[in-house]
Amino acid sequence: MYFIKQCGYLWLTVFTGLSLLFGTQVDAKSTVKPASLLTVNIAMLAQLDKPAINLLTIDPMVLDKGELGAELAIQENNITGEFIGQSFALKKFIVPANANAETVFNEHIAGKFNYLVTLLSPEKTLAIADLAQHQAMLILDAATVDDSLRNTACRDSVLHLLPSRAMRADALGQYAVKKRWHRWFLVVGAEPADQLFADALKRTAKRFNIKIVAEKQWSHTFDARKTAQAEIDVFTQIEDEYDVLVVADEQNLFGEYLDYRTWSPRPIIGTQGLSPVAWHPTHDLWGASQIQKRFKIQAGRWMNEQDYAAYLAIRALGEAVTRTHSIAWQALRNFMLSDKFVLQGYKGSALSFRAWDGQLRQPILLAAPRSLVAVAPIEGFLHPKTELDTLGYDAPESLCKRKE
Amino acid sequence: MKKCLYVVGLGVVLWVFNAEAETIFVSLEKDNAIAVVDPLAGKLLKTVAVGRRPRGIALSADAKFLYVAVSDDNTIKKFNADTLTELADLPSGNDPETFALSQVDKRMYVSNEDDSQVSVIDVDKNTVLTRIPVGVEPEGIAVSPDNKWVVSASETTNMVHWIETKTYTRVANTLVDPRPRALTFTADSKQVWVTSEMAGKLMILDAKTKQIIKELVFEVDGVTAEKIQPVGVLVDKKMQRAYVALGPANRIAVINVANLTVEKMLLVGSRVWNIAFSADQKYLYSANGLSNDISIIDLEQLKVIRSVGVGTNPWGLAVKP
Repeated sequence: MYFIKQCGYLWLTVFTGLSLLFGTQVDAKSTVKPASLLTVNIAMLAQLDKPAINLLTIDPMVLDKGELGAELAIQENNITGEFIGQSFALKKFIVPANANAETVFNEHIAGKFNYLVTLLSPEKTLAIADLAQHQAMLILDAATVDDSLRNTACRDSVLHLLPSRAMRADALGQYAVKKRWHRWFLVVGAEPADQLFADALKRTAKRFNIKIVAEKQWSHTFDARKTAQAEIDVFTQIEDEYDVLVVADEQNLFGEYLDYRTWSPRPIIGTQGLSPVAWHPTHDLWGASQIQKRFKIQAGRWMNEQDYAAYLAIRALGEAVTRTHSIAWQALRNFMLSDKFVLQGYKGSALSFRAWDGQLRQPILLAAPRSLVAVAPIEGFLHPKTELDTLGYDAPESLCKRKE
Repeated sequence: MKKCLYVVGLGVVLWVFNAEAETIFVSLEKDNAIAVVDPLAGKLLKTVAVGRRPRGIALSADAKFLYVAVSDDNTIKKFNADTLTELADLPSGNDPETFALSQVDKRMYVSNEDDSQVSVIDVDKNTVLTRIPVGVEPEGIAVSPDNKWVVSASETTNMVHWIETKTYTRVANTLVDPRPRALTFTADSKQVWVTSEMAGKLMILDAKTKQIIKELVFEVDGVTAEKIQPVGVLVDKKMQRAYVALGPANRIAVINVANLTVEKMLLVGSRVWNIAFSADQKYLYSANGLSNDISIIDLEQLKVIRSVGVGTNPWGLAVKP
C-alpha cells in the first residue's frame, strides 16, 4: 500500500551542486550567491492579430500577445536561477499582422537560439516548425489550440502549452454527462475555426454518448447581424427537445447574444456561457490567486490564456534547466517529455507533457463569466494512468508519429 | 435502565475528552475572521472579525498573545489571547501569508509571498529588523527549537532556504520536489520535514548537511496520485509519530518515525490543510479547507472523534492551553 523511496543522496543541495561544478568546497558560513554559470537564451516570436470585431465594449482590447506572461516567468526563473547559477534572457520579436514571420525567423532566430516561444497562427506555427526542423531548436507553442497540429501535422520539435479543442470539448462533455445534459443543440459560427471546434464537440458527443439533436449554422448576413438579438428567438425555435445549446463561436461574433434570448429557456455552453478554458479571472484555487495578483500588479489587467501559456512555456524551460543542470536543448527536450518532468501550473494537478504529441496535460477550467463552475477532469471519469488523459487525444487515438 | 445508560454514556464521553480545557483559534480565510472553538465541548464558541484574508496564526510562547496574518490588509495583527482585543499591527511587509515565532527570543519570521522575501520582526518593539530575499512564493516557515535556523520553503522556486538566525543571512538552498508547502523541525533540531504538494511526497532534510536524506511517497487505496497533495506536517515531541495532512485526499497520514512507514490513514474533512497538536499532544486538530470544519483526532486511539463546523475556508490553527 505504501512504499518508501530512500534516495536522498540523489538530491543534491545547491551546496554540493556548486561544489561539484567548481570542484571546491563552498564555505557554509557565507551567503550563497554564485556567479552565473548557465545562461539560457530564449526567443519569442509573436505576430499580432488583425484587428477583430469587438462585440463587447466592456472587454479591453489586449494587443500584447502573451508578452507579459513571458516576462513574469523570466523574472521567476531568474529569482530561482540566482540561487543555483542559472540565468534566463528573453529576446522578443513582435511582428505586425501583415509582416512575414518566416523572414524574421530566418534572419534573427534561426541558428541563434535553441528555444523559441511562438505566439502565431496555426499556419505560421507549422511553417516555423518546418523551417526549424533541421535545427537544434525546441519550439514552445503558446497560441494554437488546433488538433491537427497535435495529430497528422505534429512536429517533433514542438510542445503545445494550451489545451487543444478536443481537450476543451471533452471537458465540457464530462460536465454535461455529470449534469445529464444528454441532448445538445449545436450552433456553429461561419469562421473556419468554429467548424473545427464543432468537429471537436461532435467527437466528444460520440465519446460520451451525447446526442446532437440539431445543428444550425449561424450565418452573418447583413440583416441578421443588424438585428442579431431579435433573430435569436426565431433561430433557436427548433422542433427537437434539447438540454443545452452548445455554441461554437471562437471570435465572439454572436455567441454572447444567445443567453436569455433562446426560444426555450436553456443554458448556453461552449465558446460562450459556460466555457472550457486554460485560465480565467475567476480562478483562485490552488494558489492561483497568488499568480493572478502578481500578474495584475505587473500588467494592470487580468492574465489571459496566451499570457498563461507563455508563462508556462518559460517556467517549463526553467524547471527543466533547474532539475537537469543542463542547457543542452536535446537533454531538456527529452527531460521535458519524460515522466520525471513535473510543472506547477496553479491548477491543482502537476502538469506534464504527453510524449506522443507534445501536448501539455492539464486540468481545464469550466468558467462562467463571473464564476468558476467546475474543473475537468470531472470526478468519476477514470483513466488507467492519469485522469488528465481523459481529456483530448490519448496515446492509442493519437495520429501523431513522433520520434520518441 | 435508560438513565443508567445515559450516565455511563456521559462517563465515557467525559473519559474520552479527558484533555485539559483548551481553546483552539482557527483562521477562516474567506470569512475575514477567526473561529474560537472549545474542543472539550466540541463547540464553536464564537467568531471574531480580524481583517482581510486571515491565514497564518500562532500564539506567543507564553500564550498571552495571538498573532494572525491578515494577508490582504498587509499586516499581522497582535491580539490579547484572553480577550481577543486588538493590540497592534506588526510591520509584516506585503501579503504576509504565514509566519514562525521563535520560542526563545521575541523574533517573528514572516513569509512575504508577493515580494519573495522573509521579514524578521521584533515583536516587542514592533520593528522590522531586516528582510531577506528568498525564492518565488515563500510559504512554509519554521524556526528550529534550538533557535539556530529558520527554514523557508518557496512554492514556485521549489527550494528550502536556510537562514542563520545569528546573522539573518541565507546560507544555503536545498532544491526539493515541486510546490513545497509546509515544513517543521524535529524536537532535536536535527531534521526538517517538508511536504511537496505536487509530488505527493514527504522529504526529510538533514539540518547539518542540508540534504534530503529520506523520502516517503504517499499512496491511498482508491485515491489517484493527483489527489494526494501533502500540506501540513508535524512531528511529536518524543519523535515517535509524525502526521501529514494530505489535502484533497481528505486524510491525515500517521507515520512511524523510527521506520518511516505509514501506520494509518485517518479520514478527516475535505481538503485538509494545516494541523496542530493539543498542548499535551494527546489530540490533533486539523483545518479542513473545503468542508469548513475542523477534525479532532484522539492520538492514543488514532481515531477521529469529532468534527466541528467553524466557517468558510479554515486555514490554520493555534491552540491555547
